[in-house]
Amino acid sequence: MAFDYEKYLRMEKIPHLWCPGCGIGVVLKSMLRAIDNLDWHRDDTAFVSGIGCTSRAPGYIDCNTLHTTHGRGLTFATGIKMAKPDKNVVIFSGDGDATAIGGNHFIHACRRNIDMTLIIVNNNIYGMTGGQHSPTTPIGFKASTTIYGNIDPSFDICLLARAAGATYVARSTVNNGRTLEKYIQKGLANKGFSVIEAVSNCHTQFGRKNNMSDPISSRKWIKDREIPLAKARSMKADDLKNMVITGEFISEESDMERWENYNRALEEYTKAYGDLIKKVKKKK
Amino acid sequence: MKKNIKFYSGAELVAKAAIDAGCRFFGGYPITPSSEIAEHMSKELPKVGGTFIQMEDEIAAMGSIIGASLAGVKSLTATSGPGFSLKQENLGYAYMAEVPCVICNVMRGGPSTGLPTALAQADIMQAKWGTHGDHPVIALTPAYLEEVYELTIKAFNFSEMYRIPVIILLDELIAHLSTAIELPDKDLLVIKNRKGPTVKPEKYFPYDTAYGDVPPMADFFKGYRYHVTGLSHDKTGFPTTDPDLVQADQERHIRKVNANKGKIIDFEYYKMRDADIVIFAYGSTSRAARVAIDKARKLGIKVGMMRLRVIWPLPEAEILKLCSKVKAIIVPEMNLGQLSNVIEKFAADRTKIVGINHVGGVPIHPSNILDVIKEVK
Ligand SMILES: Cc1ncc(C[n+]2csc(CCOP(=O)(O)OP(=O)(O)O)c2C)c(N)n1
Ligand code: SF4
Ligand SMILES: [Mg+2]
Repeated sequence: MAFDYEKYLRMEKIPHLWCPGCGIGVVLKSMLRAIDNLDWHRDDTAFVSGIGCTSRAPGYIDCNTLHTTHGRGLTFATGIKMAKPDKNVVIFSGDGDATAIGGNHFIHACRRNIDMTLIIVNNNIYGMTGGQHSPTTPIGFKASTTIYGNIDPSFDICLLARAAGATYVARSTVNNGRTLEKYIQKGLANKGFSVIEAVSNCHTQFGRKNNMSDPISSRKWIKDREIPLAKARSMKADDLKNMVITGEFISEESDMERWENYNRALEEYTKAYGDLIKKVKKKK
Repeated sequence: MKKNIKFYSGAELVAKAAIDAGCRFFGGYPITPSSEIAEHMSKELPKVGGTFIQMEDEIAAMGSIIGASLAGVKSLTATSGPGFSLKQENLGYAYMAEVPCVICNVMRGGPSTGLPTALAQADIMQAKWGTHGDHPVIALTPAYLEEVYELTIKAFNFSEMYRIPVIILLDELIAHLSTAIELPDKDLLVIKNRKGPTVKPEKYFPYDTAYGDVPPMADFFKGYRYHVTGLSHDKTGFPTTDPDLVQADQERHIRKVNANKGKIIDFEYYKMRDADIVIFAYGSTSRAARVAIDKARKLGIKVGMMRLRVIWPLPEAEILKLCSKVKAIIVPEMNLGQLSNVIEKFAADRTKIVGINHVGGVPIHPSNILDVIKEVK
């Protein structure tokens, strides 16, 4: 039976404002399937975002939804989750929103390991503002502010999240909706801070400037660069330049080196704070 | 007999009053001279089951208290000049989305890092105009420790009654002062809470003006499932660019405070009955003014004081009346004339406005004020 997306959408808000063929819709649908798999209740769930095309996603979801300021979605979400630790909080963010203006909040949310899930739609560009380069625009590519070719090195969002302490980290692309669904579901289920990077196409703002102005060629450009993490491990660094390494970077089953674990959160944050309250109250 | 007497600092009283007002969330970032408030909150909140979190910066702190408030928990942050600057964008968000919360700004000298540890009243105008766009402002200026407690509770009440962020502008001197004071009986406190919806979720709109200029606010997770944005929005909470709706909504924001000015404005007269010289003051400088007035009175000078306990909104009608009655208004401030510039507009040519403006970090001494009183006499 076909999945009933309408159960979770504010149908009166459709048609959405995204360009036809934009990858954000794939991510949104994968996310809705994931919350359905987990049987999450709409009243108990909040979707929070910053500013950008990606950040418009919560507005279409029939839950408690909060569209905040550019890059700051995580800070509002932290307040919600700390105030109501038993509720579900999911954050949508663009690559610019999460790693440029909101980069500080991003690493600190990872470090705290609060039980929330951050979904970053990485389209390698500032979509909403007309295609300026972002911290994930590959070197040599064009944006409206890098017409001679970008010279800014990129962040690797997943490695950043892993180093900062997130306890579930995975990357897939809009070419693999089912995998995105699986990763998002694992992220939502993880009792800690989860980051799912969904590499996506912005043919309108990124593609157009780089000879792939339609969704198909833009998605093919992504597809051709996908390399599973396991395979990437045996490849030379030079061959991995500008590639999209997909897979789970941190999960319960992941094979992290021991030394990488030495500073990792021992506990989910709201649980640790709940224990602190109990301890203080007992003393009183 | 007095009973509730204990030693408190101003910072401690902000924390105590907040908790007594029902605040159960504090998100902050340390900055002199406000850090003691965060320290007290970190100690006291867990005892009542509340949450303290030290965020990564003031932007995050401001975001966190808005989030917590939307989830139904009264929230506080505390900061000082540079941190207050960082909060401005999210403060604007709280105005726009009409989210109650309280910001205590223990002022320090500026611009920039300025004078971190010294007394200043540098943010009178930042509180008024710090974020972009038009919005009403409620800001309180306690001058005494008892007042820190009383006005902090009032700040929470105003924020809940009018769905608005409320600012406490505290002088460093008062935040750091410690004395024995008597607190009011807790059972006698008036505590206001936001009005929730009275209709079923299907009939609820987060910005429904059918209920007046302050729409009922549903907390998240209570079954109402609505949308909140900082974009201009219609009554459903979703973005709109309809010029008429946007205009009407911005005007409503201003009106919800202006129409209730009578309940918000708060000032005190001191020896004003026969005064023909008036000192217009707020915060710690009003305490120096009081001493100066007592001395001047002994010299036979008819001087009094109008002291603001709430600085925004201003008691405009009373100021206007004053301007046509007295021969001079003296405005002592620990800045270069942020409030006296405003008073001058009211005065037009009807009376003389004389500022006493110190920005070196040293409090204005009563003798400084007395000298000016003698000059204008
Ligand atoms: C403080 C602030 N600075 C800048 C902007 C303008 N702005 C809006 S969206 C955006 C970039 C969005 O890019 P990204 O986060 O990658 O989202 P996308 O649109 O690509 O999904 C910028 C710079 C803003 N809204 N607020
Ligand atoms: S501009 Fe790009 S990111 Fe935004 S909706 Fe269009 S394709 Fe999607
Ligand atoms: Mg982007």
